[in-house]
Amino acid sequence: MSAKSKSEPTRRDFLYIATGTMGAVGAAAVMWPPIRLMSPDASTLALSSIEVDVSSIEPGQAITVKWRGKPVFIRNRTDKEVEEAGAVAIDELKDKEARNQNLGAGPATAVNRSAGEGKENWIVMIGNCTHLGCIPVGLSGDFGGWFCPCHGSHYDTAGRIRKGPAPENLLIPPFEFISDETLKIG
Amino acid sequence: MSGGHSEYNPSNGFTKWLDARLPLPRFVYDSFIAYPVPRNLNGWYTFGAILAIMLIVQIITGVVLAMHYVASTAGAFNSVEFIMRDVNYGWLMRRLHANGASMFFFAVYIHIFRGMYYGSYKNPREVLWILGVLIFLLMMATAFMGYVLPWGQMSFWGATVITGFFSAIPLVGTTIQEWLLGGFAVGNPTLNRFFSLHYLLPFMIVGVVALHVWALHVTGQTNPTGVEVKNMKKETVPFTPYATIKDFLGLSLFFIVFAWFVFYLPDYMGHPDNYIRANSLKTPAHIVPEWYFLPFYAILRAITFNISIPFTDIVLINSKLGGVLAMVGSIAILFVLPWLDTSKVRSASYRPLYKQFFWVFVVVSVLLGWLGSKPADGGYVIAAQILTAYYFAHFLIILPWLGWYEKPKQVPPSIADAVLKKKSTAAQPAE
Ligand code: HEM
Ligand code: FES
Repeated sequence: MSAKSKSEPTRRDFLYIATGTMGAVGAAAVMWPPIRLMSPDASTLALSSIEVDVSSIEPGQAITVKWRGKPVFIRNRTDKEVEEAGAVAIDELKDKEARNQNLGAGPATAVNRSAGEGKENWIVMIGNCTHLGCIPVGLSGDFGGWFCPCHGSHYDTAGRIRKGPAPENLLIPPFEFISDETLKIG
Repeated sequence: MSGGHSEYNPSNGFTKWLDARLPLPRFVYDSFIAYPVPRNLNGWYTFGAILAIMLIVQIITGVVLAMHYVASTAGAFNSVEFIMRDVNYGWLMRRLHANGASMFFFAVYIHIFRGMYYGSYKNPREVLWILGVLIFLLMMATAFMGYVLPWGQMSFWGATVITGFFSAIPLVGTTIQEWLLGGFAVGNPTLNRFFSLHYLLPFMIVGVVALHVWALHVTGQTNPTGVEVKNMKKETVPFTPYATIKDFLGLSLFFIVFAWFVFYLPDYMGHPDNYIRANSLKTPAHIVPEWYFLPFYAILRAITFNISIPFTDIVLINSKLGGVLAMVGSIAILFVLPWLDTSKVRSASYRPLYKQFFWVFVVVSVLLGWLGSKPADGGYVIAAQILTAYYFAHFLIILPWLGWYEKPKQVPPSIADAVLKKKSTAAQPAE
């Protein structure tokens, strides 16, 4: 037997390998539907965008809305908070990326983290700590921004991670102001 | 030690007939009646039997709870309250189940520490040990998913934090997390699949327990001397009645404590926040897992720093991935313990230095658990970092080093010698 297997492959060897391969491919194909069944379903995916009236949010106030089952913070920051955010050098940051889905890549400057030129007072972020997903508490922590009580992450007034185990700045979802009063998220 | 030979003698026509067709009575007789156990086993050896009974308690109470439980975000919280108030003996079944999980873990920790003290994981019992660690992992998964079912605030946020671990995996993390959750956040699909798996996993545990016991019956039990049985007649006794009665005593004492919690302190080991219905827009001020996860939780939170290439900004492992790796590592390291402990001597009774390090390790584990229940700031984090470092050093540095550094005491030539000369051996100094 062993002498034979060292010689030229036979037709039988080919058939074994071909059958084995087909069997493996078939088994994988059969497993795919039950695996895929666990992914987010159509009704979950359908909740893709919402519109929010922000006209009543005064400077210093914030609201939290629910988007795709996640909280989104919408905060109208005071001038002081915007200034504080602007005064931080990029080098001091733990995460130097803007994490703003509306911009693509870019440094985590105060402007890049805000709703943009002319709307620097607005900040819109997904309210799940980038560590393990708890909801940080506003107006607290060592940097006057948000503090996540779960494992102690401190974010500054631009939602940038400054201290604690979270690796990234709070993520900024795709959004746009469709008018001065209405914000569309998603 | 089972030695392959059987002492079963079918006594009547029917058992003879059955024995030739399905020798189940023979199997039971050989495994639980005639099975020889070392005669010097102490009380710490009763926790194996206690664990087996606790698994059965969890399955029976769980199956009846499942008859009234509703696995949906709209119905779960209310159905649990309904079980507590309106279902006949629902309060009892739920309290047995919830406190039973705690007692189950208490027993498994004693069982694991027992194994560490007496070197139970050493050659030839490595597979037995690995199967045990596997059971422990399955128990953790089961209890975690069970805790999500009552759909309180701790259920929801515990689930969020734990499934958040998967988002730490580079590149594909978020995709995997959303696949596990069946959505972008913990929600109805998550609760449903957790119920399905919470029902399934205990039966997988039953399967692994069967392998664990099989492996045990191949190698036989260790005993406090760590010396293998040499003379079956002199050094072992049959499982029934000796071990059965002793296990029964251990179980009775254990059940007194269990009943004390169920009837007098039913919520002591739970968390008041879990009586508030899950709210996806509000995180409780202080998230803590069930007590049995606390040491691992402390290790997770201890890694607050990125690990970078020195003098550059290039982050190799960020703090989040680092925390998850440390936590997974703290359990995974148990799998390789048989190869990290290089000492040939099994029992800590004959290893004067290891005995001390063992107790330090126990204290460190308990302290980590305490830190896991504290807020994650200031001195607590630093303490957790030091203890986490020690936890790993115990396995990776101390155990391999002790194996060659330590001079063990004289190991008795046999169990019989040790038991007869117990007093004089204990008084003898190390040579
Ligand atoms: C390894 C064994 C098991 C462990 C460690 C375990 C653990 C847990 C835990 C910790 C809870 C939360 C208790 C609470 O706070 O209310 C729970 C709930 C639950 N478990 Fe289990 N369980 C086990 C086996 C089972 C089995 C076999 C079933 C059968 C279907 C089951 C059904 C349930 C149900 C329906 C609930 C929700 C009701 C409740 O919260 O009391 N469990 N389990
Ligand atoms: S989830 Fe926010 S610090 Fe861990």
